[in-house]
Amino acid sequence: MFKATIKSLLSRKLRLVLSALAVVLGVMFVSGSFVLTDTLQRSFTDLFSSAYANVDVSVAPKAEKGKEPVPLTPQTIADVKSVPGVASAVGDVQGSARPIGKNGKVMTTSGAPRIGFNWTGTGQEKIRDGKAPQAEGEVAVGAFLASTGQFKVGDEISLLTLEPKKTFKISGVFEYAGGRDSLGGELSVAFTEPVAQQLLLGGKDKFSGVTVTAAQGTSDDALRDAVAAKMGSGYDVKTGAVLAKEQADQINEGLKFFNYVLLGFAGIALFVGIFIILNTFSIIVAQRTRELALLRSMGASRGQVIGSVVLEALVIGLIASIVGLGAGIGVGALLANIFSTVGGGNLHLAGIGVPMSAIISSFAVGMIVTVIAAVLPALRASRIAPVAAMREAATPDRPLTKITIFGAVVVALGGTGLGFGFNNGSLPLIFGGILVAFVGVALLTPLLSKPMVSLIGRLLSWSMPGLLGRRNSARNPRRTAITAAALMVGISLITGVSVVLTSATKSIEKLAAGQIQTDLIISGEGQMEGMPATFKRDVLTKVEQTDGVGSAFGWASDGVLQGEDQMFAIAPTSVPAMKQMLGLKPKFGDIAPLKDNQIAMPEDLASEKGLSVGSTLTLQLAKAEPQTFTVGFIWAKTQVLQGALVLPESAGKGFRSDQIGQAFVQTKPGASAVDVQKRIEPLFADNPEITVQDRSAFVKQTTSQFDTVLLMIQILLALAILIAVLGVINTLALSVIERTRELGLLRAIGMRRSQVMRMITVESVVISVFGAVLGLAVGVALGLATVQALKDQGISEIGFPWVTMVQYLVVAAFVGVIAAILPAIRAARLNVLDAIAYE
Amino acid sequence: MSASDGVAARAVDVWKKYGSGDAAVTALAGVSVDLEKSRFTAIMGPSGSGKSTLMHCLAGLDDVTGGEVWIGDTKVTGLKDRGLTELRRDKVGFIFQQFNLLPTLTAEENITLPLSIGGKKVDRAWFDVVVDTVGLRDRLTHRPTQLSGGQQQRVACARALVSRPDVVFADEPTGNLDSQSGAEVLGFLQRSAREFGQTIVMVTHDPNAASYADRVIFLKDGQIVRELLSPSAEEVLETMKHLDDVAVPHV
Repeated sequence: MFKATIKSLLSRKLRLVLSALAVVLGVMFVSGSFVLTDTLQRSFTDLFSSAYANVDVSVAPKAEKGKEPVPLTPQTIADVKSVPGVASAVGDVQGSARPIGKNGKVMTTSGAPRIGFNWTGTGQEKIRDGKAPQAEGEVAVGAFLASTGQFKVGDEISLLTLEPKKTFKISGVFEYAGGRDSLGGELSVAFTEPVAQQLLLGGKDKFSGVTVTAAQGTSDDALRDAVAAKMGSGYDVKTGAVLAKEQADQINEGLKFFNYVLLGFAGIALFVGIFIILNTFSIIVAQRTRELALLRSMGASRGQVIGSVVLEALVIGLIASIVGLGAGIGVGALLANIFSTVGGGNLHLAGIGVPMSAIISSFAVGMIVTVIAAVLPALRASRIAPVAAMREAATPDRPLTKITIFGAVVVALGGTGLGFGFNNGSLPLIFGGILVAFVGVALLTPLLSKPMVSLIGRLLSWSMPGLLGRRNSARNPRRTAITAAALMVGISLITGVSVVLTSATKSIEKLAAGQIQTDLIISGEGQMEGMPATFKRDVLTKVEQTDGVGSAFGWASDGVLQGEDQMFAIAPTSVPAMKQMLGLKPKFGDIAPLKDNQIAMPEDLASEKGLSVGSTLTLQLAKAEPQTFTVGFIWAKTQVLQGALVLPESAGKGFRSDQIGQAFVQTKPGASAVDVQKRIEPLFADNPEITVQDRSAFVKQTTSQFDTVLLMIQILLALAILIAVLGVINTLALSVIERTRELGLLRAIGMRRSQVMRMITVESVVISVFGAVLGLAVGVALGLATVQALKDQGISEIGFPWVTMVQYLVVAAFVGVIAAILPAIRAARLNVLDAIAYE
Repeated sequence: MSASDGVAARAVDVWKKYGSGDAAVTALAGVSVDLEKSRFTAIMGPSGSGKSTLMHCLAGLDDVTGGEVWIGDTKVTGLKDRGLTELRRDKVGFIFQQFNLLPTLTAEENITLPLSIGGKKVDRAWFDVVVDTVGLRDRLTHRPTQLSGGQQQRVACARALVSRPDVVFADEPTGNLDSQSGAEVLGFLQRSAREFGQTIVMVTHDPNAASYADRVIFLKDGQIVRELLSPSAEEVLETMKHLDDVAVPHV
């Protein structure tokens, strides 16, 4: 039996390749994501151990939750220095410094920080050209910053720090150990110590930490213990090695998310792959009916028949896993290289590694998925009666009642899971529900395929080849259905996401048009370093005094803690202006200026927290002691300021930055917003991170991030669609083999090769468009369900991405044409005589 | 040379060899034959005599190793795929032993298939004549799976005739049928030659089937060895029995 299986497998190489390809692609994604994250993790670990190579022990102010660390003083450094075993203790100053490039735009990185620090001469940075900064107006820049910004010694460079734009002369360019331009693509600038303290920490004699080196004969650990004992509990004292590990772990935590995303798409790819393998095995079993019946009549047991089909699946799974693992290593290496050069900017890769997890998961996933997909066809094969060997090979149409009822039940199950998932916000339930729903819809598709296929086919069957193609695609509803269902998965996921994003965009547009009574919005771009850019309060005053401005207000914002709960808080400059411009309506109490110990909040937040006017709550601000506030008023729920606490203006001093992060301007009646914008913009000339936009530009900027999200999802889901295309090719190729004699007959009675090809193409396009229509329908349903679930999160409108949906349909038709090429050529090339005689 | 008037298909010194060297098999060894218009010709011979090969070569389904094949005024030998396809579509009709119909099409669609492939209009009057002759009027909307074997073969006959081809080639058309259905099909082929002047060439090994023909050609070892005109089944059987006595030049 084993030999017979292997022989039958080898005799159908094409079939092997096509069905294995789907698994290969899925496994490739799985192993690729493991290889990528492993490589990046080791690279980051290397990066941080070299970053802390010069640090034996580091002293930093103790980080308390929700509180900004208090800067160290010169006294702290002196205290550290006095500990026995300390060779040197140098005060570090570090903070955000964003260089402005020669094009006048703020330079960005893709993830790496933009940092400024004090030049101590004792760090691992070494001057490559020029000299260290010595005067107030001098800085040294990292070699990576110099090369990407095309700066050289003697040039001027403008920097944004806690203060607006300041211009310096570049006194030198520095590099890191081994001549590296940067550690990991960061843009770094070194100031003299007093300048660094003023610009990065906002005052004299402030330090962010102390770098300690050990005297000869003192171990790092012993030194750490000694320093910790001396300094007491107010400080974090750590060895350089621990610090490096902590930082690497933090980055690696972020990479995990990356890994999950990739694995998620691998899961989708494999899910689609299951459809294709299932289909392939079903067709193969149908075609081998006589062969299997012959084996049965010669005494093979049911178990042996099942075994032979499952064995075939195992072999395919094994080969696909090996190839997929190999391809995955390649893809992982490629992505790591792209990440290190384009993405992370200059990350030094630690060599491509293949972790055990990649190997194990590749084989497990590849083989399990293939075998699961083969179980149903194997069971069907085992039910073939021995007498079928004597009969004409014919696969009777089995009734669709059972499968349809089953499908309806599964769809209902999936829908219920999805509903519960949305209610509890449980991601596993949501995804599980979607997957189960897909399986259910796939079970329903055979029933749908008859009317749908004839409807779609009618558009294409104006000629005899077209009619034949359409009839062929309706011939085996199950086969057509599964092939189309594979395509459905990818398209419905993309459509679902598009519906959600379109609805969100529409909601934001409506909100902006209706509720927000403001003509100009001043906001800072979000920074990599965590806080959006801000501007000084006196600039807002100047905005208010600008000709044509009716009223203006702004707010400082920060996260605050109530116990363990992190909340978003704003401290507006004027509550009445905010009420008027954002259209707030009172629910409880009057919307009036807040006293210094009062706060306000939207009604849903109040009910969630069980608060009413007059209740008190205690908040931890970043730069203040815990403070108790009384609820002053509660406003009726709106789409703006959702989940935000409004604090009195005075409380802003406790924020990490009490500068203005966002401001709103209403022009005087009759004043043109464009003119006012032109008059306001020069006020921010020193602050290129701040933009003044009219309402529609602001909406466009807010919604433009959706386009990026959509594009990324489209690229990743393109893989699922690619696998589905393989499925279409596979089905067509197997159908062509199955219908060899029919094709021979058609050719014998005068069908041209081009007509044969057109016939196959129509069949392919009908299947693909059917899959796309299904996908669009299911996607819209998924999208609507999500929009419904997100109603409370501000998606109040429903929008359909019509243009995109039509595009998907066109793409599907095109995909059908592409998928048909190879099978069509194969069909057209058939030798007429051989085909007629084909058994 | 061209086929002169009165000849629907002609083979001139046709050779067909398969393989090469020692493994070479000669299927046809210099066959020359004129198949007259409006006649029902049967090609007979034992297994391996080359009768099917001769038909395939005459019909443009297979190419020849040597010699020439003509259908009407068209020289078949040397035509490329496109030319052969059009020849088959426009000038030739086929009836095979089995698997003659497309399962996705109705009987009527199967009958008119060669015309729709060629994008031609169906001559309704002629279609009606053909359908009534084969007696399928009430079966036109049925699918092949809903028809008996004899009915299916009659649909195939109607399809072969509906485009008024120069020649209809039938390859063992009764091989899969019971004697009653076989007789119906053969009777129909005979009538189409006599009443509609349709040229028909049939390959068979059944003497009874051959007895419906106007002319029977006997093949042995790739050569034509005997010929009978309007024979009875007994005469055909007798001839077949004594084919071994006929001296065939060694090739």
